[in-house]
Amino acid sequence: MKFLPLIWKNMMRKKVRTLFTVLSIVIAFVLFGYLGAIRQAFSLGVDLTGADRLLVIHRVSLIRPLPLSYLNRIRSMPGVVDVTHATWFGGKYQDQFEGRFAILPVEPEEFLRLYPEYVVAEDQKAAWIANRTGVLVGRKTADDFGWEIGDRVPIQGTIFHKADGSTVWEFTVEGFYEGVQSGVDDTQFLLHWTYFNEARDQGEDLIGWFIVRVDDPENAKAVADRIDASFANSAYETKTSTEKAFMQGFAKQIGNIGKILTSVLTAVFFTILLVTGNTMAQSVRERTSELAVLKTLGFTDTRVLMLVLAESFTMAALGGGLGLVVGWLMVQAGDPTGGGLPIFFVPMRDLVLGAGLALFLGFVSGLLPAVQAMRLRIVDALRRA
Amino acid sequence: MGWLSQAAVVTLVFLRSAPQRAGSAISAAFGVAGVVGVMVAVLSIAEGFRATMAETGSAGNAMVLRTGADSEMSSSLDLETTRIIMDAPGVARGQGGPVASAEMFVIVDLPFRSTGTEANVPLRGVQPSAFDVREGIEIVEGRRFEPGRNELIAGMGASREFAGVELGNRLRWDGVDWEIVGIFRAGGGLPESELWCDVKVLQPAYRRGALFQSVYAQLESPERFDDFRDALTSDPRLRVKVIRENEYYAGQSELLHAIITGLGSLVAALMGIGAVFGAVNTMYSAVAARTREIATLRALGFGGAPVVISVMVESLLLALAGGLVGGLTAYFAFNGYQASTLNWQSFSQVSFAFHVTPGLMMAGIAVSLVLGLIGGIFPAVRAARIPVATALRQL
Repeated sequence: MKFLPLIWKNMMRKKVRTLFTVLSIVIAFVLFGYLGAIRQAFSLGVDLTGADRLLVIHRVSLIRPLPLSYLNRIRSMPGVVDVTHATWFGGKYQDQFEGRFAILPVEPEEFLRLYPEYVVAEDQKAAWIANRTGVLVGRKTADDFGWEIGDRVPIQGTIFHKADGSTVWEFTVEGFYEGVQSGVDDTQFLLHWTYFNEARDQGEDLIGWFIVRVDDPENAKAVADRIDASFANSAYETKTSTEKAFMQGFAKQIGNIGKILTSVLTAVFFTILLVTGNTMAQSVRERTSELAVLKTLGFTDTRVLMLVLAESFTMAALGGGLGLVVGWLMVQAGDPTGGGLPIFFVPMRDLVLGAGLALFLGFVSGLLPAVQAMRLRIVDALRRA
Repeated sequence: MGWLSQAAVVTLVFLRSAPQRAGSAISAAFGVAGVVGVMVAVLSIAEGFRATMAETGSAGNAMVLRTGADSEMSSSLDLETTRIIMDAPGVARGQGGPVASAEMFVIVDLPFRSTGTEANVPLRGVQPSAFDVREGIEIVEGRRFEPGRNELIAGMGASREFAGVELGNRLRWDGVDWEIVGIFRAGGGLPESELWCDVKVLQPAYRRGALFQSVYAQLESPERFDDFRDALTSDPRLRVKVIRENEYYAGQSELLHAIITGLGSLVAALMGIGAVFGAVNTMYSAVAARTREIATLRALGFGGAPVVISVMVESLLLALAGGLVGGLTAYFAFNGYQASTLNWQSFSQVSFAFHVTPGLMMAGIAVSLVLGLIGGIFPAVRAARIPVATALRQL
């Protein structure tokens, strides 16, 4: 510890260079934070899907409806613990684009049972269940638009109009839900299916998809096959997959764009690290003669090694730590597309990985010059000076 | 000696010594090249996507959807409505009646060739006049579908991206077989991502009854749009919205364009800051290496301004070189790169090619110059302030 002032003096020897080196590391790790968030956004939160949940959709495409009557048939199948359904409402709020947040007519109690990761205060849950024109809104969406409990929210129906001919649906905010951890989609706008079904102008008793809980994730495949087999050759054939497989498939639809963005970012990140690491190594090499003087004064080889390593570690830790914090804060402040990416956060895993990479940077960029410094023969070094 | 010629001389002297500092000069230029390359590459995705949407749709065509619908996917129109629309004033007429097509737009799941995972492929049921409404649909292989038969034609993009979308192949949905009888081109526009068939065959196959989603109508002239729109929106029998075809498709590209440009600009901005640090470091060391020269020049009577200019010129030249390298690399690596992605607004796959436009290249070079300017200014000022006596004493 008593060498801290010495390390500090060494770093402050060329203030501008040290400052810019640390700032470059900060930038690299801010980028790294965004990289994590972008990867997360494009994977659509696949990691957080329930392993015991299946999605049943129409075999031809997700956009085609299924009959409500399938619900009880699915419920009675062996291996099925619970089942509910949801439907894509479409609809727009003010001048937001359609799908800015997902509007889903659901069976309130069943739906919350199937999605225990949606956390709702008991009184709000009860109020939502009691009010058939009430909605339960994800915390993020509610915050984006500043909605409070009791607010009436008009939604312009895009797919569904009301049977009385009006195109605007009005709902009352009865409660909010939060994700049990970050990465749970907390943007949804959930309304009562029974109200929706009675009030809409078309498609009565048709639903979008079923959500099934199986007794054991090991049985998921068998249950999925059983569901599809029992509806084969009917008017509405089904395609059942685990929620995870479904979301993965969906994420793949984004195609190579996501891959290109993330690989460009990764390349950029490592290039910055390489260049910065090189600068740091260079600055130690320039001080060879000083290190020789230290040795003359009686510093041991190990101590010199430690001194050099400590310096590079300090810079990497400073830059990396600061970068990760700044990156995290910037990502928290919102995604750069203004709501285009519902899931946008830096996963804990990436923060840990980032911290590890920062330490690794400190180690690698310091190691080579440190070893050279350790092996330095005093006479050679002093002669060169 | 004039002020300007002083500046020229100092700059030349400075530049001649540049090769001695090649290492740090190259790394600074490399930093700028990285920024410009990444920026141009990422934005070329957005540009390409927008270009595809812009290629689609003409101002001379109008599109009719149900009130409230933002896309064909969420719209629905019954047969009677489509007839009223086609008879409205302003619709061009050909030998077979109005040049208009009532269409159905749905998606079917087909696997990607590349990954084998399922994708939302757009399938459009059209009326025969669709080929007259949209000019530039050109069969490159096979023939058009025959009305009344379960035949499909596929856009080149769809054929390239999805497994089984090949001439002569059969696809099966809901117990119905479809034969692919043709592959078409649409001038790089959106229809190239779609499958087309006869709407009369698609309606029963998709169990939709006599429902359509949109009507595409060619107008007698683009100016007739307002007449056409007003006639439809004031008709008490109808609840529709009317939009120009090109505006509809431009609107459909907004979200994805915003996402990609948002991310791309952010990344480029962050990298830009990083590159400025690199450039500043380089120019500071360049100035440090030339302290004696600069001091000598000052002692000989050269002014401070020419020294500032010489440092700035070197910084700008390095940045410009980096910008050109970055822009050209992005051009050769990404221009014309074929990709396909999910357009959230239509919920279906769009295939398109990355576009490195001249505008993007210019923007990239402009950014590189800005980086050079910022990177050079502080070192330049320091160079001009070198105390002559102290610097010469170091000799």
